[in-house]
Amino acid sequence: MARTILTALVSAAVMGVGSYAASAATLDDVKAKGFVQCGVNTGLAGFAAPNASGDWSGFDVDYCKAIAAAVFGDATKVKYTPLSAKERFPALQSGEVDVLARNTTWSINRDTALGFNFRPVNYYDGQGFMVRKELDVKSALELSGAAVCVQTGTTTELNLADYFKANNLQYNPVVFEKLEEVNAAYDAGRCDVYTTDQSGLYSLRLTLSKPDDHIVLPEIISKEPLAPAVRQGDDQWFDIVSWVHYALVQAEEFGVTQANVEEMKKSANPDVQRFLGVEADSKIGTDLGLTNEWAVNIVKAVGNYGEVFDRNIGAGSPLKIERGLNALWNKGGLQYAPPVR
Amino acid sequence: MAIGVTNVPERSKSSGSIINDPQVRGIFYQAITIIILAALIYWIVDNTVDNLRRANIASGYDFLRSRAGFDVGQSLISFTSDSTYGRALLVGFINTLLVAITGIITATIIGFLVGIGRLSHNWIIAKLSLAYVEVFRNIPPLLVIFFWYSGVLSILPQARDALALPFDIFLSNRGVAFPRPVAGEGAEYTLLAFIIAIAASVFFTRYARQRQLATGERLPVLWTVLGLIIGLPLITFLVTGAPIGFDVPVAGKFNLTGGSVVGPEFMSLFLALSFYTAAFIAEIVRAGIRGVSKGQTEAAHALGIRPSLTTRLVVVPQAMRIIIPPLTSQYLNLTKNSSLAVAIGYADLVAVGGTILNQTGQSIEVVSIWLIVYLSLSLATSLFMNWYNARMALVER
Ligand SMILES: N[C@@H](CCC(=O)N[C@@H](CS)C(=O)NCC(=O)O)C(=O)O
Repeated sequence: MARTILTALVSAAVMGVGSYAASAATLDDVKAKGFVQCGVNTGLAGFAAPNASGDWSGFDVDYCKAIAAAVFGDATKVKYTPLSAKERFPALQSGEVDVLARNTTWSINRDTALGFNFRPVNYYDGQGFMVRKELDVKSALELSGAAVCVQTGTTTELNLADYFKANNLQYNPVVFEKLEEVNAAYDAGRCDVYTTDQSGLYSLRLTLSKPDDHIVLPEIISKEPLAPAVRQGDDQWFDIVSWVHYALVQAEEFGVTQANVEEMKKSANPDVQRFLGVEADSKIGTDLGLTNEWAVNIVKAVGNYGEVFDRNIGAGSPLKIERGLNALWNKGGLQYAPPVR
Repeated sequence: MAIGVTNVPERSKSSGSIINDPQVRGIFYQAITIIILAALIYWIVDNTVDNLRRANIASGYDFLRSRAGFDVGQSLISFTSDSTYGRALLVGFINTLLVAITGIITATIIGFLVGIGRLSHNWIIAKLSLAYVEVFRNIPPLLVIFFWYSGVLSILPQARDALALPFDIFLSNRGVAFPRPVAGEGAEYTLLAFIIAIAASVFFTRYARQRQLATGERLPVLWTVLGLIIGLPLITFLVTGAPIGFDVPVAGKFNLTGGSVVGPEFMSLFLALSFYTAAFIAEIVRAGIRGVSKGQTEAAHALGIRPSLTTRLVVVPQAMRIIIPPLTSQYLNLTKNSSLAVAIGYADLVAVGGTILNQTGQSIEVVSIWLIVYLSLSLATSLFMNWYNARMALVER
């Protein structure tokens, strides 16, 4: 709370007295600083959460690391700024962070009025509901009269209002600013329903005192394309952040993994050679403002998209989320990278 | 430098130069300050507009008329997601006022009781009051709020097992649900009787004072006023056939439905702010009473005035003069502390404004509204208290 007010004031102040650096090259700033300042969520296991010794890990965190690897060839050159839903936008607008990798939905309002740029969707999500099993609710349409816990500053609270209105259902919103406050309130029975992105629900359920007492309802009431965000006005940085994702997806498509990336450099396939920067006189990396090793560095640091997914939120994690829409385009999903040439 | 020399020596004997004229110098410095301030404001505004434009962030206050799109949990006026951002801010403002006003009233009552308790000759009361002050004064208000909130949430039963109290009042971790009176036909007479009773009380109080000044005789003001205000509407109510119905809370699938509900967010914020601020008010009251010289009491006793009247008519009015100014700043503190509401999800001005700020990205506009509203609230409180202070001030005859 105090922090939100502070961020708001700071961003107001920066707008007032600072000289806004929208067109300044973020890449140069990042190189000069020596690290990427990455905005992540405050602790959503699987997406971004610090461990006991303060090391961050998760799906979004791997994007921060991948960007650092692309820029510096060193995935450790990241500093994390944990941001609540409400704090994240002022933080990016004011330049407090260089990039937001924080399960943020790409929407037209954020793309225009808020002054951000989004491109590749790194996780196709949708909003869901979680309830206590004992309530014996099978569908969201049975939720009329319920108290619903929701985090403010999200698309979630807007979709919620629209969904209940469209279906003529009554509800009582219980709105908090911090994730841990929503969790605590839901856990204590202040509300009957918890709503957020479905991926988030799977993660949050594991933090409740009795995860097995709760179920996630089948309805998905919205489209939540989660994407990294940058400020408008810096095309080069926008390109780098976008292509980090495309590189991860392309690597999966080529079968390039963290383990075999050095091996793959010797591949006879010209597409793979170009992607990994071993083609003679390749300028792909340098045209991005990086080195030709950029894709190799990314994969060495975090693996390909499939590996990042499995390790943090998929089969290899406690969350066990299916690939679903996030499978590659040639495996029935939506993940698709433009050609690297 | 001969101009004006003739009258300068009266003010400044040191030299005849204008540079040394304190009045000229004063004006000069003030002019410089104003110019610098104006330039600074111009620069900030200009820079802000320029930066916002370059960052492609929307600006201006037009957003206040757009559809809010979110719902607010607690609202005293009707509000849906179709209402505007402007109305959402109004909802937040009313919620802030609600908790500030109820908090101020309760804190004042508890504060006076504890403050007087600290001066009590009864050992237990004095020590309990002391403990109260020390405990609440030394805990940060946010912790007090969390204390009440988690207390309310964890001690009270779930909604389905709500504690049924008499008069259809239900207590659960969703708040207190109580029957909402619904006015029936003829209920307006009761309201009318109530208004008449208030008017009559005002007249009676005035009359009683005049009469006391003229004859020295004291009329039973308190009892008459109480009788009027409670009795008259009650009689009218019964005579018109008790025209009132109640919307009683009943258990629904999830929550109690019907009736009125005071949510745990409001309850805990209200309790926390009242108890916290009361500790400071208690100290102010104690200091105020102590500040009245003992000679006053002794003089009153010497004149044969009863002890209870001495406190009411001699000590307290004088103590009030010491109490009111610091009391004002406690009221301001309470109002400002109410913005801690965000922590427990009470939809006050800061919480609602924060949501809007986030949805629209218009931080400068929302922050400016916050500043103006809190400034106005503080000024209004100060003005009122100054007026009250002037009324209580010593009238020299
Ligand atoms: N995708 C939605 C919701 C994102 C969001 O903030 N989700 C919550 C709940 S899953 C979250 O991650 N909170 C973490 C935090 O506040 O640190 C949006 O962009 O508005």
